[in-house]
Amino acid sequence: MEPLNALVAFSNYVLIPGASYGAQLALGALGVTLIYGILRFSNFAHGDTMAFGTVATILFTWLFQGWGLHLGPLPTALLALPFGIATTAVLLLGTDRVVYRFYRRRKAAPVILVIVSVGVMFVMNGLVRVVLSVGAVFLAPEGQQDTRGTDDVNFADGARFIINARQFKDMTGLDEGLAIRATTAITLVAAGIAVGVLFWFLNRTRTGKSMRAFSDNEDLALLSGINPERVVMVTWLIVAALATTAGVLYGLDKSFRAFTYFQLLLPIFAAAIVGGLGSPLGAVAGGFVIAFSEVTVTYAFKKVLGYLAPGGWEPDGLVQLMSTDYKFAVSFAILIVVLLFRPTGLFRGKSV
Amino acid sequence: MKKLLLASAIAAVASTGAFAEDIKIGVILGFTGPLETITPGMRDGAELAIKEVNDAGTLLGGSTVESVRADSTCIDSGAATAAAERLITSDKVAAIMGADCSGVTGAILANVAVPNGIVMISPSATSPGLSDAEDNGLFFRTSPSDARQGVVLANMLMERDMKSVALTYTNNDYGKGLADSFQSAFEEAGGTVTISAAHEDGKADYSAEVGALASAGGDVLVVAGYVDQGGKGVIQAALDAGAFDTFVLPDGMYGDSLIEAIGSDLNGTFGLVPGSDSAGGETFREMAKEAGFDGTSSYTGESYDAAALMLLAMAAAGSSDSNVFKDKVMDVANAPGEKINPGELAKAIEILQSGGEVDYVGATAVELIGPGESAGTFREYEVKDGDFATIGFR
Repeated sequence: MEPLNALVAFSNYVLIPGASYGAQLALGALGVTLIYGILRFSNFAHGDTMAFGTVATILFTWLFQGWGLHLGPLPTALLALPFGIATTAVLLLGTDRVVYRFYRRRKAAPVILVIVSVGVMFVMNGLVRVVLSVGAVFLAPEGQQDTRGTDDVNFADGARFIINARQFKDMTGLDEGLAIRATTAITLVAAGIAVGVLFWFLNRTRTGKSMRAFSDNEDLALLSGINPERVVMVTWLIVAALATTAGVLYGLDKSFRAFTYFQLLLPIFAAAIVGGLGSPLGAVAGGFVIAFSEVTVTYAFKKVLGYLAPGGWEPDGLVQLMSTDYKFAVSFAILIVVLLFRPTGLFRGKSV
Repeated sequence: MKKLLLASAIAAVASTGAFAEDIKIGVILGFTGPLETITPGMRDGAELAIKEVNDAGTLLGGSTVESVRADSTCIDSGAATAAAERLITSDKVAAIMGADCSGVTGAILANVAVPNGIVMISPSATSPGLSDAEDNGLFFRTSPSDARQGVVLANMLMERDMKSVALTYTNNDYGKGLADSFQSAFEEAGGTVTISAAHEDGKADYSAEVGALASAGGDVLVVAGYVDQGGKGVIQAALDAGAFDTFVLPDGMYGDSLIEAIGSDLNGTFGLVPGSDSAGGETFREMAKEAGFDGTSSYTGESYDAAALMLLAMAAAGSSDSNVFKDKVMDVANAPGEKINPGELAKAIEILQSGGEVDYVGATAVELIGPGESAGTFREYEVKDGDFATIGFR
């Protein structure tokens, strides 16, 4: 039983959290990598785009909850997700029209666009909090109406667990419990579907192919009659869908706070760069690499090794490589190593 | 002959003057700055005690006491030091009631009170660092040091026979100080802290932190954090992963929002929050209401007690000289002696000036320990059926 206990403990604290976090990062990194590939700049506003998408979805969720609409064991947020995506798409297309198009027409250098996106990030960050706190007044359930945009916002409903730790222990008779939250499963399934649809779209449809052509060589693509504004528009639509989905899944699985999405920017960029900027497959791989590195490096292996070690050899220390305070340092370190030794990333994306 | 008469008359006046003097007490609080909303209540608390003594009119042969206010700003040590300097050199105060925030209190103590030999009683500075500040016996406080809570928590766990705990704290001075004081007290009592890990507030996900805590193991998880911040996130993540069932919560973790968010999964969790069931507190709140301010506001009772203690110490020493009455503060505050509640200052002065002893209880059940700081009283609670239930006071 001891190896089984070790396996369960490892799954409970490393494998499952790492997988759901990885899927969320992968979705975020896909958005970043698409913008980099097609619009040719690093979009710093991506974290706040995710936050905006989540807020839009939260408001629709509250609206539906107010109408008494529920999805049974599934969170109502899934029902609200398409509406959230649509709202975010409108915002992104508007931002493109008002801000980015101006610089694109002037053929501004990528670094200028990066700085512009930092400006957009600050505006969006404020917008997120305004929309959330104003929307909450009208739509939020009892007790959450006066959220100030900096508090935790709770919008998850439906079943919380597929199996919780106590049930698992009773069922298997093991000492270690394994908890699988409903949101974790939803994250993995939804991320799988989103990635599948995206790859099908990029590889099989005419629009997807024209996007890839535009990304590979802008001039050749223009010569062969591809309409650049259309490619840009489709890109923003896809980014809106990816960012909103990533944000909502992260918010459902963990918790929503307007500021935390800004902090996600670093691991998301690390994931996109590790995978290779501009490479969608790389973004997915990068997301899981970063997530599992963060979780394994900061996990204390004392318990797992305690089960595996022969009698008397159990470790006294925590067997923790790095304290959890330094979680973000892990993505930083990986980022630097990759940039030094393999700047094109795992999947031969663009060099930064 | 005339001159002699005159001289003796002057001497007589002067000597009675030594008995019935005009005693000035400096009230230095942060009337501007981050505490400006609660300092007026604290000032009123202190001045209520002064008024009570004046109404009795018996202190040191009928001396009158006058308060002189000054602004500590709470955060600007330079401004606070200058204000305290002014109180002593130009207003000639006999003692200082204040300051409020720990930082400025330390600055005034080191730069002004100790060099000038002036007694200082703070109602609200709770930093453990002030416990071993160089004070020549001049500094007291009527609020407990933050370290005190760690000791009380350790005792509580020992009484419940929980010998092995995991510990997580919010990564700031409050969390770190509390965690350190708890850990040293708990280990001294024979317990084991399997891990002491910091958590950052304002994050969405605490599963990595909980993973490390769970791996280290322990009977319970002590969460020295904030209820509306990372503390709640850690508890939620620990329950989700099935890492811990029972949590031990210091004062920062007490709040209805925790029950609202988690509910009956918290059953069995226990903790502390400052609070007493002393009759004095009730009396004080009524007196405050009559005097026209809110006695439930933070640290008003402590302020009343701080002012009352210094005046009673003067009565006990028979002098308003700080260097004389500083030795009497502890005697007045603690047993043995007649118990003194708020509103009984006149009685206390009478007992002290006739050579008796008092045990000042006051609004906050004052008991001074160690280097002259309040032992504090805490309300112990446990979560039962998804609600806080008071178990007792300690």
